[in-house]
Amino acid sequence: MKSLPFSIKENHIFIVATTALILLLYGYGSFSFTGFSSTQVILNLFIDNAYLIIVATGLAFVIITGGIDLSVGALVAFVSMVSASLLEQGVNAYIVILVTLLIGIIFGAFQGYMIDRFDLHPWIVTLAGMFLARGASFLISTDSIVITNETYSSISRAKVYILGDSYVSIGAIVAIMVVIIAIYMAKFSKFGRNVYAIGGNVKSAKLMGLPVKRTIILVYTLSGFCASLGGLVFTFYMLSGYGLHLLGMEMDAIAACVIGGILLTGGFGYLIGPLLGVLSMGIIQTLIMFQGTLSSWWTKIAVGFLLFLFILLQRLIVMRRGRRKVIRLEKQNPSLPVPSQPVSGDFK
Amino acid sequence: MSSAILLRAEGISKSFPGVKALSNVNFSLRRGEIHSLMGENGAGKSTLIKVLTGVHEKDEGSFYLEGKPISPVSPQDAQRLGISTVYQEINLCENLSVAENIFIGREPKKRGRIDWKEMNCRAERILSERLKINIDVTKILSSYSTAIQQMVAIARAVDISSGVLILDEPTSSLDKNEVKQLFEVMTKLKSEGMGIVFISHFLDQIYEITDRITILRNGEQIGEYVTKEISRSQLVSKMIGREWGKDSNQENKNTRKEVQQVFVSAQNLGRRGMISPLDFTLRKGEILGLAGLLGSGRTEFAKVLFGIEKADQGVLTIDHQQIRNMTPKAAIDKGFSFCPEDRKVEGIVNDLSIRENIILGLQTKRGLFKYIPMNEQREIAQKYIELLNIKTPNMEERIDNLSGGNQQKVILARWLATAPKLLILDEPTRGIDVGSKAEIRKLILDLASQGISILFISAELEEMVACCDRVIVLRDRKKIGELDRTEMSESRIMDMIAEGVPVDET
Amino acid sequence: MKHNFYKITQMKIFWPLVALAVLLLLNLFLLPGFFSIQIKDGHLFGSVIDILNRVMPLLIISLGMTMVIAKEGIDISVGSVLAISGALAAAMMEHTSVWVALLAAVGVGIICGLWNGVLVSVFEIQPMVATLILLTVGRGIAQLITGGQILSIDNSVYQYLGSGFLLGLPFPIFIGAAIFLIMMYLKKRTAMGLFLESIGNNMTASKFAGIQPKKMIILVYTICGVCAAIAGIIVSANVSSADANNAGLWIELDAILAVVIGGTSMRGGRYFLGGTIVGAFFIQTLSTTIYSVGINPQIVMVVKAIVVILVCLFQSQEFRKLFLKFTKKKVSFS
Repeated sequence: MKSLPFSIKENHIFIVATTALILLLYGYGSFSFTGFSSTQVILNLFIDNAYLIIVATGLAFVIITGGIDLSVGALVAFVSMVSASLLEQGVNAYIVILVTLLIGIIFGAFQGYMIDRFDLHPWIVTLAGMFLARGASFLISTDSIVITNETYSSISRAKVYILGDSYVSIGAIVAIMVVIIAIYMAKFSKFGRNVYAIGGNVKSAKLMGLPVKRTIILVYTLSGFCASLGGLVFTFYMLSGYGLHLLGMEMDAIAACVIGGILLTGGFGYLIGPLLGVLSMGIIQTLIMFQGTLSSWWTKIAVGFLLFLFILLQRLIVMRRGRRKVIRLEKQNPSLPVPSQPVSGDFK
Repeated sequence: MSSAILLRAEGISKSFPGVKALSNVNFSLRRGEIHSLMGENGAGKSTLIKVLTGVHEKDEGSFYLEGKPISPVSPQDAQRLGISTVYQEINLCENLSVAENIFIGREPKKRGRIDWKEMNCRAERILSERLKINIDVTKILSSYSTAIQQMVAIARAVDISSGVLILDEPTSSLDKNEVKQLFEVMTKLKSEGMGIVFISHFLDQIYEITDRITILRNGEQIGEYVTKEISRSQLVSKMIGREWGKDSNQENKNTRKEVQQVFVSAQNLGRRGMISPLDFTLRKGEILGLAGLLGSGRTEFAKVLFGIEKADQGVLTIDHQQIRNMTPKAAIDKGFSFCPEDRKVEGIVNDLSIRENIILGLQTKRGLFKYIPMNEQREIAQKYIELLNIKTPNMEERIDNLSGGNQQKVILARWLATAPKLLILDEPTRGIDVGSKAEIRKLILDLASQGISILFISAELEEMVACCDRVIVLRDRKKIGELDRTEMSESRIMDMIAEGVPVDET
Repeated sequence: MKHNFYKITQMKIFWPLVALAVLLLLNLFLLPGFFSIQIKDGHLFGSVIDILNRVMPLLIISLGMTMVIAKEGIDISVGSVLAISGALAAAMMEHTSVWVALLAAVGVGIICGLWNGVLVSVFEIQPMVATLILLTVGRGIAQLITGGQILSIDNSVYQYLGSGFLLGLPFPIFIGAAIFLIMMYLKKRTAMGLFLESIGNNMTASKFAGIQPKKMIILVYTICGVCAAIAGIIVSANVSSADANNAGLWIELDAILAVVIGGTSMRGGRYFLGGTIVGAFFIQTLSTTIYSVGINPQIVMVVKAIVVILVCLFQSQEFRKLFLKFTKKKVSFS
């Protein structure tokens, strides 16, 4: 079994590639623009994208089971709307936080139930969920609501200083904690391993007696929870609720997962991936900002191009796996395909 | 054989809509023995296994494990009772590590978290002590060969329950050394007192490893034999259902005059992992049979010929013209047609009507834009519905409302409508009623007399001998001989299949 | 008689038609002036005409989407393609003639469709993932073309395509009708319908029958791309401007919904162009109704969500089983 170093490389190839990409872009940025290499620029990546990190991490679990959740962006907007309107009516801030998190959990669990119980396509169910969440936000109000609540404002303003003058927000800390917990769950909990097993082969997972139904419902619940937590962090960040917040953000979250090496076919990927994906997208955005002359839509094109590259890379690896298996089979069966040795030839 | 009976099945029956898959089958497995279930396709082996492991519900009969009646409702339930199954297609998760595959669902834990160290340790121990293989258990499963993956599946099975182990065609994708390794493991488990049910199509392996054989045919139990006491020829004849030496009436052999003009020929045509290179020629209006057991390469050769699987060596010549890069479309353009073995998956298109299913072949031959006008479609469909006596109230009926025999006739009609020069028939009479069978046989002879070449594959030797002008015998994906009409008889073919002796050496 | 009625209810188009009829009936009671049609300057005006006019971009895209879904695929990039084609036409008209601009807009639809088709057939990437790329990049490209501005269009020929009248009817209706007729021709007078339904239902058997699935896949994605491009032309011509950001936002979801309501299954196979048209009309009528009744138009989304779920539930085998069990129990109790 000499292929050991090779196979490790293959499993880590996306993490390595994405990390290299981030370093490259960072190196290019610090070389070209003054002030790019400051610690605060890096920390701002975390502050500005905290909500996306959280949402993408939750989504990654769904993708590893081979599913998808399109409702996350709308759910973030809905949570911002619910928070804003409840706070406007003078509800206690901590109760609001609790309520919004519960909304995410119930919403996700319901989607998971529909997908599992009725064997519906996750794209369709979560698409409906997306409509529902967006529409429900507009039911509350069609206008943007500004949050003036003191607790929210103070959380929003809070700066946690690290490394001297540089600081991060509460949201960024929550995001990092979510990533750490996710990594732990994926590796050391039964739930985490079941998620991978289902993504690898649902039929086998069922035959091996794993709780497939429960895991699928749980995975969508988790994604709903992460979306509402992300929504909360986003609300702290924006201090407003609006039904049109983050249009199309679900695609950013999916892109972050793909760039972070979560295979869209399920079964493969590390939970550090979404974070790396978000960071590389954020750094591109920062670069374009620093550059000054390029317009904001170049971000979309660049991210789309990255997405294309990584999807192609994923595809090539899956194809090569298939081919390797055939080659291995041929190696195993020397008795079969040797053409120029007729059976009777040995007697001569 | 006085050893205690571990598992007993009594009077098991099971019907599917339209088919009696098992009727009153008995089976018993003793402690510490390897017992083979044998039979051709559709004999009922896999149905018996599925009923036993709770995948299907049985209609009648009962199972006893160590004397106690059991009725498992799911594979997991069966596993809890002590019966585990390892299938040819490995039911593990390729993206997880070897150790995880053995332990997932029951991982050892320490302080609430999965104890990877302990898990790897135990996995290594199980593999090395019980199965005598030493591998790195932390690597993902897909980085190992199919043989190792199979071993891992067995390790999981025996670690969860060690009473009865069912191995369903575990050797079909293994090479000689791997088979040897598997057999060592089986012998070891047997010595530990396990009862093993072993299903394989390879006669050599059956004789090498098993203690007993139970033969099934058409859902009925033919008998239970001690392996050492039954000869290969007897075994094959019992599986196929023809008495030894009692060849069917030679009179119904067709006696048409021979044509010498070659239509298709191949030199060294083959594809790695599917069919070893072989030579063959097929004349115009000739019926050539491909005989062999399941997995002998008979279907694979037909697929290579039709371009569904690409040949990776050899030369194919059609009408003196060398063909490279065969595709089904090119084959159809050359006048080939192919009625596949797996009618449901490869033949019929469920959603479409009978008319559309018939017209499909001709339409692909004509191409996308040369649409066949509706009244012509109806004429063609009507013509073949009458000609082949397809029983349907209406040509617009969905095809899956038809019986198996009528579906087969629709597929035949699809190809006849293209006016083929070569008709490849892969088990055209399997799983259809006696009446349709006779009709299809008669049709084959008629078509050949009209000058259409026919490549005929069937598991029923009687049918082969009755229809074919020549037979190529395949075994273990190799051509082992060729018989012409004068040499051809059922026992002769069975001999070759059983012994694997090339005809020029006998 | 009874038998005939049963036959009619079994037709796929029956239930979508019933739903549309119920919705129209509702309008008859809620909005007294709904069905009235006036003639001003020789043009017809009225809610019904308005719906007919507004539905066309969605209808055209849904027709293209129907064929993609028939082969068990999906194209979520249509909204972006719509934006690109509108933007490109608007930008080109500043320099060249309107005809070249129109050709370019349709051409870009072909290119986008080919791109999707090649990713799906040659690289065997799942359709949703493959078209996700263009969905993301497409809007960026459209913005690149417009320079981030909303380009206004000032060309009477181009504007006629979106807001002109022919024989008293809005011109887009004729474009939609033409595309429908072409698609019907492809389905009924070429082997396209047969091949697509065959591939969508049973890919393996289709290969055995000699159909070349890869070519067909590229073809249907290209057709879908062209449909999206034409819709882009109509949308931008209708409002006399190209908005890279918001033109055709979420139209892919409406299109999928229209196809599914029309009776074509997401699992591929039989496809119903007539059903899709009914589905598209249903969605547009729903929006117009809610708008005219005076409810917040954004609630349309909630209603759509509920419709999607109900339609999918009725297509789900599991749900039908549950439903049957439930009704059977009721019968046995009574």
